[in-house]
Amino acid sequence: MKKGAKKTLIKLVVAVPLMFAFGFALVPLYDVFCEVTGINGKVFQSEYSEDLITDDGRTIAIQFISTNNENMPWTFKPSEQVMKIETGKYHGATFYVKNTTNRKMTAQAVPSVAPSNAAAHLKKLECFCFEQQELMPGEEALLPVKLLVSNELPSNIKNIILSYTIFDITDYNDEVLAHHQMAAE
Amino acid sequence: MSAVIENHHDDHHHGPAKGITRWLYTTNHKDIGTLYLWFSFAMFLIGGAMAMVIRAELFQPGMQIVEPEFYNQMITLHGLIMIFGGVMPAFVGLANWLVPMMIGAPDMALPRMNNLSFWILPFAFFILLSSLFMEGGAPNFGWTFYAPLSTTYAPPSVTFFIFSVHIMGASSIMGSINVVVTIMNMRAPGVDLMKMPLFVWSWLITAYLLIAVMPVLAGAVTMMLMDIHFGTSFFNAAGGGDPVLFQHIFWFFGHPEVYIMILPAFGIVSHIIETFSRKQLFGYSSMVWAMLSIAILSFVVWAHHMFTVGLPLAAEIFFMWATMLIAVPTGVKVFNWVATMFRGSLTFETPMLFAISFVVLFTIGGLSGLMLAIVPADFQYHDTYFVVAHFHYVLVPGAIFSIMAAVYYWIPKWCGNMYDERLGKLHFWLSFIGVNVTFFPQHFIGLAGMPRRYPDYSLIFADWNMVSSVGAFLFGFSQLLFLFIVIKTVMGGKKATDQVWEGAKGLEWTVASPAPYHTFSTPPKVD
Repeated sequence: MKKGAKKTLIKLVVAVPLMFAFGFALVPLYDVFCEVTGINGKVFQSEYSEDLITDDGRTIAIQFISTNNENMPWTFKPSEQVMKIETGKYHGATFYVKNTTNRKMTAQAVPSVAPSNAAAHLKKLECFCFEQQELMPGEEALLPVKLLVSNELPSNIKNIILSYTIFDITDYNDEVLAHHQMAAE
Repeated sequence: MSAVIENHHDDHHHGPAKGITRWLYTTNHKDIGTLYLWFSFAMFLIGGAMAMVIRAELFQPGMQIVEPEFYNQMITLHGLIMIFGGVMPAFVGLANWLVPMMIGAPDMALPRMNNLSFWILPFAFFILLSSLFMEGGAPNFGWTFYAPLSTTYAPPSVTFFIFSVHIMGASSIMGSINVVVTIMNMRAPGVDLMKMPLFVWSWLITAYLLIAVMPVLAGAVTMMLMDIHFGTSFFNAAGGGDPVLFQHIFWFFGHPEVYIMILPAFGIVSHIIETFSRKQLFGYSSMVWAMLSIAILSFVVWAHHMFTVGLPLAAEIFFMWATMLIAVPTGVKVFNWVATMFRGSLTFETPMLFAISFVVLFTIGGLSGLMLAIVPADFQYHDTYFVVAHFHYVLVPGAIFSIMAAVYYWIPKWCGNMYDERLGKLHFWLSFIGVNVTFFPQHFIGLAGMPRRYPDYSLIFADWNMVSSVGAFLFGFSQLLFLFIVIKTVMGGKKATDQVWEGAKGLEWTVASPAPYHTFSTPPKVD
């Protein structure tokens, strides 16, 4: 083989595993990109700030949606489906949850906000999604969430949907859970 | 060895080996090209038979012939086989036959790897097709194999599917490396980059695209494999993963992939239109730059397949504009082809008919693509038959017509005989009518709201579906005529001259017809 051909060959053969690795690198890159831009409807826990509280807020509707992930038998629903809230004020809401099985189970709820450009303006002071729920057979609970929608919410948004999906994580190992918690926060 | 024996050896080492081992052990680019082309033809017929099952089921509303589960397996395998088994190997076969002859090289740069890259392909498709007979059936999640359909809810055969995709990827990557090394290093003196035939240019760009994205596809299926068998959660929301991530990775491969399937067609059509217009191709360098721009843009438009997953507005607008931008270089190519034909002394032999209909029908497919690029419109069109009509217009009368055109155009050079022009024209007209009757009505039923990938549909779509099925049967069975024409040409026919076509230019037409087993052992002189 000519020398030039060998050089081209080596370059290309190196490019293949690099692109293979790039495919895997897309996984963290994708998370980083979502985090930096705040897209994907993920709500990030924000610092509590007095500045967010104002008196000249407007009224918007917040709608709560609950979803059970597949094979999650618990009853899970918001206490109120829709609430009228003022922007710039803290409001509380609750979700009803019941372990309908006859074994001890652990659950984790993952939030999502729509429309996605509202996500950055929805601040949660307290949320059951920050921790895991462990319920005994037949046990029920009211899970609290305390939230504030900042006054900077774009004026064309009059409705926000806060949706939670509840997952059965009883059988997951700690490592998976750690990653999971990171994604939830 | 003494010099005398070497000379003696050189003089008599011409013909191929005899028997089956010729094909198993061959490192000759022409033999391997032939193998690729016949293999892709076989896959085209198998994938086509599956399309016939699909259209037979959709002939009337209601469940008629197959179970819904089997229907899903048919649409999945039809897509995978046509893309990875039909179109791609056909282009690789053409590259094997033509690239060395067009640049004045004696063979491909890496002949043994060439043999390997072909011979692993039949195994890949044997594995894929054998999944039809496995418990739980073949893959049933569509050719795009979105997670979690292809992970959590997949049939057990998905593992075989993953391995077959790995093998197909390895084959494509090896083939592409071979093409790049050949083109970059083995051009005859005088064949500068900007003097290379456009088919060579189109393949150089395609090969780079393949080397860039096939490993990403391999990564995606590897992640699926790990999710299914090793407890990872790349795409599993319950474990902190994200199914939308799958779509991002898949389409990062998938969008360049659609240009992989059309760029070589651009090259082929440029040659044919130039020949039968008896004029120099209009705008050679703009053709090259257009292909390069399309290839680069193809990396920044992937999310236009995902407008409905809930992308932020800024991303949707970016991907909409980036997608529309591709229409510019594509338009340059279309206008160049038209300008080449303008005031040419045109004749309408079969390859030219296929090439002209490529330009017209590919443009229709491109325009429906432009409609799909419009975000608010795409929310309506997404996953309807409009999308099916769009990508079949760019793939069937696009990629596949170009392959047929190439076969008619170069087959006299390959086997030394002219094909039967009357039968060729008949094949063209049956295919042309069949394709349009099949896919044009799918625009209407798509706009009316018929979703893709269902074995049954609402009564309001009944008439157009029946028309579409009739067209599909016409198109499908006309391809048996194509098979007959090819076999007839290989067996005999009017002897072809060396130049074959009056207006043909290029090194491949300077060698004898049929092309001798070894060509350009000494580099030709090119001005």
